[in-house]
Amino acid sequence: MTEFAPLHGLIGGALIGLAAVLLMLTLGRIAGVSTISFGLLAPADSANRPWRLAFLVGLPLGALLVTMFGLKDWSTLTFPASVPVTIVAGLLVGIGTTYGSGCTSGHGVCGLARLSPRSLVATITFVAVAAITVFIFRHLMQAP
Amino acid sequence: MPVLLSLVVGTVFGAGLALSDMVNPARVLNFFDLAGSWDPTLAFVMGGALATTFVGYRLVFARGASLTGGSFNLPTAKQVDLPLVGGAALFGLGWGLAGFCPGPALAALVSLKPQVFLFVAATAAGMVATRAWRGR
Repeated sequence: MTEFAPLHGLIGGALIGLAAVLLMLTLGRIAGVSTISFGLLAPADSANRPWRLAFLVGLPLGALLVTMFGLKDWSTLTFPASVPVTIVAGLLVGIGTTYGSGCTSGHGVCGLARLSPRSLVATITFVAVAAITVFIFRHLMQAP
Repeated sequence: MPVLLSLVVGTVFGAGLALSDMVNPARVLNFFDLAGSWDPTLAFVMGGALATTFVGYRLVFARGASLTGGSFNLPTAKQVDLPLVGGAALFGLGWGLAGFCPGPALAALVSLKPQVFLFVAATAAGMVATRAWRGR
């Protein structure tokens, strides 16, 4: 069970949006975490490696700052998936975001903000499939 | 300079992910659980992020160039094809299984929970394997 927290959601979401806008303003880049990660792992594109690595390092750094200001309690973090399911899920996320050219940030935030038809189709697809997956596992197979 | 800017922007992004609690797989899975313990918080996260980006992008694009001088690097692909839809479906399956997508998983490394590291490693392996499979 998680408590509905609309205000934290809105403020956190606005910060995510602000970061997306700032990355476009400063570097002229889409703030898509999977595409940035994929670019970092690509050996051919070493010129863009430093800013990509810096952005990805910033993600846990930002979470750490919020924690240091006492605004985040990690004890409430629950990880319902088992170890094998975690591995399979991670692989699927890696494969899917590479073929699908993006994840929640790239398609769901930046792409939708650009009114990209591709991002709209991708976002509807991954949200719908995730909801169906949760329904099947929680209600038909009685997993957590 | 681009590296420092990128680090600051990534930090703002990570702070947003932590504050909104998108880093908590249980909350994400509850958002998808319409028939059970539904928690609409994620809709507010996406709404806040999308509204900010929608307005901010228009202001930024009106400048014509980024602060570091270059043009905007925007995706050029237009067609809705099988890799896009199939990839998004595989990603949705993984997201629904673990409750993690790439950004929140990286931010949640701060929790030092072994399963977060496992998920991040598996995601990276999936990306590397896909690139090898596609031969580029």
